[in-house]
Amino acid sequence: MVTAASVPARTGIIRRPTATTGWWSWFTTVDHKKIGLLYGFSAFAFFLIGGVEALLIRSQLAKPDNTLLNADQYNQIFTMHGVTMIFLFVMPMSAAFFNYLIPLMIGARDVAFPRLNAFSFWVFILGGLFLYSSWFLGGAPNGGWFGYPPNSTTDPSIGMTFYALGLVITGIASSAGAVNLAVTVVNMRAPGMTLFRMPVFVWMGLVVQFLLVFALPIITVALFEMLFDRRWGTHFFDPTAGGQPLLWQNLFWLFGHPEVYILILPAFGIISEILPVFSRKPLFGYQFVVFSGIAIGFIGFGVWAHHMFAVGLGPVANTAFGITTAIIAVPTGIKIFNWMGTMYKGDIHFDSPMLFAVGAVAMFVIGGLSGVTHAVVPSDYQQTDTYYIVAHFHYVLFGGAVFGLFGAMYYWWPKVFARQLNELWGKVQFWILLVGFNLTFGPMHILGLGGMIRREYTYPAALGLTFWNQVSTVGAFLIALSTLVFILNAALTQRRSKGLANEDLWDARTLEWTTSCPPPIYNFEEIPVVHSIDEFWHRKYVEDKEGRLVRVPAGASDHPADGHKEGHAIHLPSPSFWPLVAAVGLPVIAYGVLYSWWLVGAGALVTVVGFMGWAMEAPVAE
Amino acid sequence: MADGTVTRTCAPRAGAALSGGRGTVRRTRWILALLALTILLAACSKTAPQNTMNPAGPTAQTEKNLLVLVLWPAAAVFLIVEGGILLISIRFRHRKDRDRMPPQIHGNTRLEIGWTIAPAIVLAVIMVPTVSTIWELARQPADAMQITVEGYQWWWGFRYTDPDMAVSYGDHDAIVTADVMVIPTGTTIDLTLTSLGGGAHSTSGVPDHEVIHSFWAPRLFGKQDVIPGETNHIVFAADEPGIYWGQCAEFCGLQHGKMKFRIRALDEADWQRWVANEKQPAVTPPAGSAQQGMDLFFGTNGVGGQCIQCHGVGGTKATSTAAPNLTHFAATTHECFAGCDFETFNPDGTPNVEALKAWLRDPNAVKLGAKMPDYGLTEQQIDLLVAYLYSLK
Repeated sequence: MVTAASVPARTGIIRRPTATTGWWSWFTTVDHKKIGLLYGFSAFAFFLIGGVEALLIRSQLAKPDNTLLNADQYNQIFTMHGVTMIFLFVMPMSAAFFNYLIPLMIGARDVAFPRLNAFSFWVFILGGLFLYSSWFLGGAPNGGWFGYPPNSTTDPSIGMTFYALGLVITGIASSAGAVNLAVTVVNMRAPGMTLFRMPVFVWMGLVVQFLLVFALPIITVALFEMLFDRRWGTHFFDPTAGGQPLLWQNLFWLFGHPEVYILILPAFGIISEILPVFSRKPLFGYQFVVFSGIAIGFIGFGVWAHHMFAVGLGPVANTAFGITTAIIAVPTGIKIFNWMGTMYKGDIHFDSPMLFAVGAVAMFVIGGLSGVTHAVVPSDYQQTDTYYIVAHFHYVLFGGAVFGLFGAMYYWWPKVFARQLNELWGKVQFWILLVGFNLTFGPMHILGLGGMIRREYTYPAALGLTFWNQVSTVGAFLIALSTLVFILNAALTQRRSKGLANEDLWDARTLEWTTSCPPPIYNFEEIPVVHSIDEFWHRKYVEDKEGRLVRVPAGASDHPADGHKEGHAIHLPSPSFWPLVAAVGLPVIAYGVLYSWWLVGAGALVTVVGFMGWAMEAPVAE
Repeated sequence: MADGTVTRTCAPRAGAALSGGRGTVRRTRWILALLALTILLAACSKTAPQNTMNPAGPTAQTEKNLLVLVLWPAAAVFLIVEGGILLISIRFRHRKDRDRMPPQIHGNTRLEIGWTIAPAIVLAVIMVPTVSTIWELARQPADAMQITVEGYQWWWGFRYTDPDMAVSYGDHDAIVTADVMVIPTGTTIDLTLTSLGGGAHSTSGVPDHEVIHSFWAPRLFGKQDVIPGETNHIVFAADEPGIYWGQCAEFCGLQHGKMKFRIRALDEADWQRWVANEKQPAVTPPAGSAQQGMDLFFGTNGVGGQCIQCHGVGGTKATSTAAPNLTHFAATTHECFAGCDFETFNPDGTPNVEALKAWLRDPNAVKLGAKMPDYGLTEQQIDLLVAYLYSLK
C-alpha cells in the first residue's frame, strides 16, 4: 500500500500514450493546434472534392441538352456539392481556425475539454467519410442539401438515408465542438482578458458556437424524423397518412438560416482581425462590430421562412418574415461600414491577407444587396428557386466566407508553419479568383432573372440562356485554376522557404503573435496578463504626448518577456486514443441502421468501450 | 441573349434616368443608370421565353416593378460601398515615402448611429410597397375563372372546374388537359394548386408518392409551391394572345428539370373554338391504321389495352387519371407532351412522329425515370398507336 503523499495518486486504470511526435501522435493528439491542423487539411480535401463536383455541374450546364451527366448523376452531384461545401468544408474549416486560434488569442494553453476536441474531429471526419461511402454503396444522396420530403423520404435510392445518418453524425461533431469552444471562451481567458478585450474573431467564434448549440438540435430532430420515415415507415412527412411535409421545411430552415450565419460569421471575425493589422489602425467601432454580430445571431433565428415565401404561408407570415429579413440587413450593414471606417485614413498594406479580406467585404456586399431583394416578397416569388438565388448565396458564402478563409490562410500561415506563403503567387491567386468568381456567379443573376431554375440537369437552347451559362462555366474553371495556384504556392513554400526572419511579420495586434511560430505545445511560457484590446499592439506601441504612436524600445516593456524557455512543469493534457475509439463506433452504428442490427450493437459497443476507456484512463501520462 | 438589345418593355425607368443632370451628378447618374441597365438588359431579351424581366401579365408586371424599385437604392448602396472601398484602398494605400503611423481612431458614435438608422429608413421605405403588394397578390377575385393545376411526376394536368366548362358527354365532368394550359386572353384566372402522384405505379412497381412541386410561368406570374395536402392559389391574366413557357421550380425528383408546361393564351374567337372542341368526346377514327391503333390502345381479343390502365380518353371506357389525358392529344393547341419535353408538331405543323415513336419505344431511354413503362411494342404496333394518337384532334 502506497502511503507517501509525494507519489502522485493513480486514479486511472488505463495508461495514456505519451508520444507527441511521429505519425501515431496525430491519432492520439489532444493538442488544439494539431486538431486544428487535422480539421484544416480534412476540410480542404473536402473543398477540393466539392470543387470537382462543382466543375462537373458547370460542365454539364456548359451547353444545352448536354448528356455528360444524366439526371440521376446530376442530382447526386449537386446534392453532394451542397452538403460537402456546407457541412464538410466551410464549417470544419472555420472549426480549424477556431481550434487553432481561440486558445492562443485568449491566452490559454488548450481548449476546455481537449479529449472532447479530438472526439469532435474524429466524429466529423468519419461522418464525412460515411457520407461519401454512399457513392460506392448504391448511390449518393440525391434530394438536395435541403432534402425536402416527401420527395426525399420516398425516393427509392439509398442516398437520402445516408444523408440523414451522415448529417446526424457530423452534427454530433459540431455540437461537441461548439460546447467545448464556448466553455473555453467563457472560462479560460487569461487574466485581464475581459469579454470586451477579446479579439472580434473570438467574439464571432463565441456567437457561432451558441448558434450551433441552439440550431443543431432542430435539424437533428428533423433528420431523425426523416430517418424514421425512410427506414421504419413512420409518417412524419407523409401527407397521405396525415403527415406534414411543411414540418420539415420549418425545422430545416429554423436550423438552416442560423446555419448561414454559422458559415459567414467566422469570416466576419477574420476580416475584423485582418483589416486593422494591414491598415495599422484599430478596428473602427469595436463594440458595434461585436454587438452587430450578436444581433445577427439572434435575428438569424427569426428569418427562416424567407426560404419559404412561395410555400403559401399566407400574407401575414410573408409580411412578418419579409420585415425581419429586411431588419437583419441593418446589423450586417453596420459591420460593412465599420470595416470601411477601419481602412479610412489608414496606412493600408495590400499583402495577400488584406487583398482577400477586402475582396471578401466587396463581394459580400453584392450578396447582401441581392439578399435585400429577397425581403421584397412578391419579387422573391419570381426569384426563389432560380439561379438568382444561387448567385446570391454564392456571393455571400463564397465571396464572403471562402474569400475570408483564404485571407485567414495567408494571414496565419506563418504562425502555423513558420513560413510565409509566397506573396507574388498569393496576389496571382487572388486576382484569378476574383475574376473567376465574378464570371461564375455574376451571370447567374442574369440566368435567374432570365428564367433558369435551380437544380435542373439540363436546359433547352430555346431558353435563350446558353451564352451566360458558358461564361459561368469558364469562370468555374478559373476558380479551379486559382485553387491550384494556392496548392502549388503552399507546397513550394513548405519546400523552399527558409523560415521566418521575423516572427511578428505583419506587426500584428493580438496575443497569438506573442508566442513563437509555430507556438510551443504549451502555447505560452507564462500565461499573459492582458491590459487592453489589441494587447500585443499596446506592448509594442505607446502614444506620445501628441497622441501619436511610438514604438516601445526593445527590452523596455514592463510586460514579462520570455525568460523560461523550457516550458517544463507546465501541466498539459496527455494524448489519448479513446476519443478516436469512441468516434469509430458512430459510423458503424449508422451502417448498422442501413444493413443490420448486429452492426448497430457492435458500433454501440465500440463507442461505449471508447467512453469507458476515456473515463478510466489516467488523468496524465506517467 | 448576348446581344442585350434594348426592348421597350424592359427598361423605361433606366432610360428616363439618363436624361438630365450635369457635372458630377450627371456622371454619377450615368454610372448608376448603366449599372441598372446592364442588369436589366442582360436579363432582357425577346428570345428568352422565361424572362421575368419581360412580363406579359399584371401579376408578373407587379412583381417586376417591385424588383426594379428596389434595384435603385440597391445600386446606390452598391456604388457608395464599392466605390468607397475602392477610393479608400487607393487613397490610403501604403506609400514607400510615408512611414508615419496613421491616426488611431477607435470609432465615432455619431457615425455609428447614422449608419444604423439610415439603412433602416431605406429598408422601411422599401417594405411599404412590398407589404401592400403581398396582400394585393393574395386577393382572389370571386369572378375569376377557376382552373385546378395538378402536379404529377413529371408533368402537369389542368382541370377547368367552372360549370360552363363541363364536357358534353358522360357525367359532364370538367375539361381536362395535360402539358398545355389554354386560357382566354385578358381574363383573370384563379389557379388552385394540388399535388398528386406520378401515375398509379412507377416502373419498379412501387406506388408513387405525392411530392412538392412549384408552378411557375415567369412571364405571367411568380411561383407558388404545389404541396400535397395543401391548396395554394395563383391569380393572374395574360395581356396578349401567345405562348408562355413555364416549368416546375421546386426540386421534385429525377426529372425535375424536365417538368415543363406551356400556357397558350387565345383571343376570344379561338378560345370559344377551343372550348367547343374540348367539350366533344374523342373522335373515333375511320377504318385504317388509326382504328387498328385504337384497338391496340383499348385492347381487343386479349391484345393491347395497357394504355388505358393509366391514360384517359374522353367519351370512352378509358377513364384513368394517373397519366396525361389524351382526349385531344392532336389538337393544335397541344403543342408538347410528356412534361413538354417533346414537341407534338414539327415547326411546319406536321405531326412530330419521330418524337412520339421514340417515346413509345422506350420512355425511359428518352426521359430517364419516366413513369410510363416500356411495353416492348413492335415497330408496327408503334406506327398504329401513333396513327391513332394523331387522329385525336
